Amino acid sequence: MKTRIHVTLKNGVLDPQGKAIHHALESLGFDGVNDVRQGKLIELDLADGTSEAEIEEMCRKLLANTVIENFEILESNAA
Amino acid sequence: MKSAVIVFPGSNCDRDMAVALEQVTGEAPAMVWHRETELPEGLGLIAVPGGFSYGDYLRCGAIGGNSPIMREVTAAAERGVPVLGVCNGFQILTEVGLLPGALLRNAGIRFVCRDVPLTVASSQTAFTSRYDADEEIVIPVAHHDGNYFADDDTLDRLEGEGRVAFRYAEDVNGSARAIAGIVNEAGNVLGMMPHPERMVEPAHGGTDGRKLFEGLVEAIA
Repeated sequence: MKTRIHVTLKNGVLDPQGKAIHHALESLGFDGVNDVRQGKLIELDLADGTSEAEIEEMCRKLLANTVIENFEILESNAA
Repeated sequence: MKSAVIVFPGSNCDRDMAVALEQVTGEAPAMVWHRETELPEGLGLIAVPGGFSYGDYLRCGAIGGNSPIMREVTAAAERGVPVLGVCNGFQILTEVGLLPGALLRNAGIRFVCRDVPLTVASSQTAFTSRYDADEEIVIPVAHHDGNYFADDDTLDRLEGEGRVAFRYAEDVNGSARAIAGIVNEAGNVLGMMPHPERMVEPAHGGTDGRKLFEGLVEAIA
């Protein structure tokens, strides 16, 4: 079974990479961009029966640093 | 004084740290591979060196922080053994929760590799006792993710408790309140982005890092 984890920087945490992307878009002439934030998408191929609680634990212990990041479990068909 | 340097795949300041420790303590440190599950007995200092543990994959220090030896380092720190984390070592110590906050990508995005002026913000820690308060020193930095971040309450607490050990004397990476190094609540764990081990002998261009190691030896003796 496949699960995707979306990791994003918390509001208020500076995102210099997002800023650089923003500037690059502007220099390409896209002037309607208000802000850019960069995150991560992590795809997990998990054993059937892996519980939502286990996936959350993976996020808290390793995949996200909850001091600076939020995570969201997308598309999970976990129990 | 017996000391140990933790070595991860991708560490690259482990030998510099070992040379500095041997010069100051008179004893070569034990080099401890990250897969080990125990530390040597009787350590006066554990150093978590700089580098790019696991290629900085996922986040700087995230995978290194989950290495088997880090459980032992955390347990030793909680028993009061002094732990020094430099650069990637600082990132690892925040990842394992021995120090608060996190190190973000430098505000200017670029990797910064140069000598920087620092101010000794507290000379009351075991790591900074040989410096004068507010002394200005020069120590090199070499990092891409040294932008210290913590919430305002944490920053206030660090400052209020005298736990900011070093500050940048000029803007280097966008760190909150110019923080370059902090200690834990008990005062036995220091994390800092600048590299004191690269400033211990005149051939390095300066010796401002040496007092950190000398102070530790004195504090432990």
